[in-house]
Amino acid sequence: MRSIWRTLGPELVRDVALVWAAGGIVGVSFGAIAVGSGLPVWMPMLLSVVVFAGAAQFMFVGLVASGGNPVAAVIAGLLVNARHLPFGFALGDVLGQGWLRRIAGTHLMIDESVAFALAQHDADKRRAAYWACGLGLFVSWNLGVVIGAVGGTVITDTDALGLDAAFPAVLLALVLPSLRDPAVRRAVLLGVVVAVATAPFLPAGLPVLLALVGVLAGAGRKPERRQQEVAS
Amino acid sequence: MTTLVFAAIVLGVGTFAFRFAGPVLRDRVELSPRVEQLMAVSAVVLLAALVVTSAVLDGQEFAGFARPAGVVVGGVLAWRRAPFVVVVLAAAITAAGLRLIGVP
Repeated sequence: MRSIWRTLGPELVRDVALVWAAGGIVGVSFGAIAVGSGLPVWMPMLLSVVVFAGAAQFMFVGLVASGGNPVAAVIAGLLVNARHLPFGFALGDVLGQGWLRRIAGTHLMIDESVAFALAQHDADKRRAAYWACGLGLFVSWNLGVVIGAVGGTVITDTDALGLDAAFPAVLLALVLPSLRDPAVRRAVLLGVVVAVATAPFLPAGLPVLLALVGVLAGAGRKPERRQQEVAS
Repeated sequence: MTTLVFAAIVLGVGTFAFRFAGPVLRDRVELSPRVEQLMAVSAVVLLAALVVTSAVLDGQEFAGFARPAGVVVGGVLAWRRAPFVVVVLAAAITAAGLRLIGVP
């Protein structure tokens, strides 16, 4: 734990702490909204521990509270969370070795921890940023949810605080340096266009997955490879 | 009620499976540097698509002007190499301020 701090340095600790705080406030609103829409107090808490993915949790609660079928709510949540599959492949050895670590690290895989890890340049910093962001958010998010669920309507409207703009800005600040590479920029541009164009017509989660088409476009240009002479 | 508990746990287990696939499968398969590179690019593309869709849309509806304006302000500051904390706070303050003066 202490080595995580040392590796991060004060600046990254401050950055990560800001995300913890913002996550905690959104957690409060999630707890309050879930209970306010008639769900039992333990429901948002259970979701936050076992799912730990904000967007999917809001979606699940919204569907269940409006009298939707729980099966449909699960499917909708899974669709939103499908992006974690490519995230897991991209992270590489960030989680570290050993099954216990790997299982714990897997559960901490969220947009913010992935983005913080990918934004670092050396392996140690990558690992430290991932764990610090993931662990801290797990604590602050769940604490927030308990406070919101028990305390009721402390904060339900995080839009008034501009937090709905803060979270995309967090991810944007972290991915921006990767866009210096022209190939990445091309892939991102196409991917974003596809996602935005399809989003009004498709269920949540799918448009973001479709953005991966952009990667194929970038990959279409194979690196120079000499044609092996087949039969001679 | 039991149905709800079950649904929450199924969503949790399914989500964990999505998350776990990468770390487990990567161990079994030797990936070429090129594939590694593609996976890193994939993550950046996903995150960028997430940024833009969540900035502009609320589900399938237009999110209004305040949120994307906040994200754009944050983006410009990030591009000008402003500190991370400044970027995030400026995005939030811009969106909150615009709503305060009645911009949706």
